[in-house]
Amino acid sequence: MELTRKHTGTIRVSASRRAFLIFNTLFLLLISFAMLYPVIYVTAASFSDELAILKGEVFMLPVRPYVKAYEKVFRYPLLWQSYGNTLLYTFLGTAINLILTVFGAWSLSQKKMVGRRFFTLMCTFTMFFSGGMIPTFLVVKGLGLRDTIWAMVLPGAVSTYNMILMRTFFRQIPDSLVEAAELDGCRDFGILFRIVLPLSLASLMTIGMFYAVGHWNSYFPAVLYLNKRELFPLQIILRQVVLLDEIVENSSSTENVMAEGIKYATIVVAMLPILCIYPFVQRYFVKGVMIGSVKE
Amino acid sequence: MNKSRGARLRRRLWAGRYLYLMFLPVLLYYIIFRYGPMLGLAISFEKYNLLKGNKNLITGILESPWVGFKHFESFFNSIFLWRLLRNTLLINLYDLLFNFPAAIMLALLINELQSRRFKKAVQTITYMPYFISSVVIASMVVQFLSPSSGIVNNVIAAFGGERQYFMVQPESFRTIYTMMNLWKNVGYNSIIFLAAISGINGELYEACRVDGGGYLRQMWHITLPGIASTIVVLMIMRLGHVLDAGYETILLLKNNTNQETSEVIGTFVYRRGIEKGEYSYATAVGMFQSVIGFGLVIFANWLSRRYSETSLW
Repeated sequence: MELTRKHTGTIRVSASRRAFLIFNTLFLLLISFAMLYPVIYVTAASFSDELAILKGEVFMLPVRPYVKAYEKVFRYPLLWQSYGNTLLYTFLGTAINLILTVFGAWSLSQKKMVGRRFFTLMCTFTMFFSGGMIPTFLVVKGLGLRDTIWAMVLPGAVSTYNMILMRTFFRQIPDSLVEAAELDGCRDFGILFRIVLPLSLASLMTIGMFYAVGHWNSYFPAVLYLNKRELFPLQIILRQVVLLDEIVENSSSTENVMAEGIKYATIVVAMLPILCIYPFVQRYFVKGVMIGSVKE
Repeated sequence: MNKSRGARLRRRLWAGRYLYLMFLPVLLYYIIFRYGPMLGLAISFEKYNLLKGNKNLITGILESPWVGFKHFESFFNSIFLWRLLRNTLLINLYDLLFNFPAAIMLALLINELQSRRFKKAVQTITYMPYFISSVVIASMVVQFLSPSSGIVNNVIAAFGGERQYFMVQPESFRTIYTMMNLWKNVGYNSIIFLAAISGINGELYEACRVDGGGYLRQMWHITLPGIASTIVVLMIMRLGHVLDAGYETILLLKNNTNQETSEVIGTFVYRRGIEKGEYSYATAVGMFQSVIGFGLVIFANWLSRRYSETSLW
């Protein structure tokens, strides 16, 4: 979908209009720069000399560039382990998310299913009312999921919002297509996997991306459910290093000398994968928001 | 007749058997992880027995002694209630007051751009922070505001100002949080509004121009009314979360010295429930929040249906 201006006429452009357009362009350039600047600064600082950071000499580019901070960060064994954990949670979590979301959305979109209105209501109700943090925590605890991978992927296995989006999308698939497949002897699973899903790859990608980013960025479930350090995801390590000052407190004095550099380097390490992938997949994200904004 | 209806229902259920099979895991998920906790709300009326609850949540609920509204009463009578309500509502109100207009403005300005490539670039860049994790963002905020080495204080010092300990000043917290959220969400929200703008009928602009309406007038009389229903729907959705939004991020920025303004209901529930193990009390506070949130959504929806013919249901 293209966002084109609907009211661009071919009429001549007045002087005030031109002034506005120039101002607008400059203003949006400034906004864009303000959006990017924190990322630029963090990256520059992570490659800079500690003294330069402390003295405030860093603005856009690394000052007296060096990579010692990264060496220290990469030598921190928990970092690699947490990176692996985050990758695992992201892949496993997204796979579970997608399977359940597709199953739920497809069955709720089929008229053949008696009681789908009730089930839909049952699901959407949870968007507006929930048991809250402590009861959910007690359920997870009661199931013995604490300090397991499952605590990271099961409590949020379905996003109701995404499932309803997907259901709306599935409803647009013509009934005739489904009926034709049924005549050819396809069962519901066959129809879903062989006909419907190949038609919905773009939507699947979009929803999968949102789920994946959610897993990559999530930290609160880990705070609630994980105590074992070897299960910690990356975001928790980042929180410990920067917000709780942990790596700095129990390290040698040479590391303290570059505490700031280490913090900036850890921030970069945590956000780099998202930033690298983002430009290539952002069209899916834009699309996702637009599906969501169209009211059913 | 009854029998044939029963038979028909059976036949229809049988015809949908694979669909039910597909739905089964989803149903289980909702029952266990969404409705299970709702049952767990019962412990807010009990003196939850940790020992019994440790083995099994259900026996924990069944065998803990009933105390009625005791936890609610002690929360309502405590000094926390007003402070928490004030902090939660103000932080969300600020967020709403700045974020919505800013996103609408951004969408209107992006919409006026002539070059499609530049338009796309601006969208991509402003949308980017939305995908950065709250831990990274909170880390950046704390680093940038650091009194000794943060860039904000460096700039203040360079202009001869005095270095500020922003993160320990209660009076700065709401401003910091609002600005942080603005940076994170403005691009995302503006995309929703841009999509709504692109759905406006172009002939309306034509008509306005024929009547002599300038660009400002077109914006005011066509674009804004054209996206009003989107604004209303987003507002309703947002209102339902006015008491719980943001606590995960706030938890990252909160410390003992700024908690006079940074303690919100969600962080309070976390502190008392998870950190101190006062499950029943924290559940009562959380339930208070959920019930009010639910009431607010219903109220906002009613209000909007009554006055603007836009509603969620």
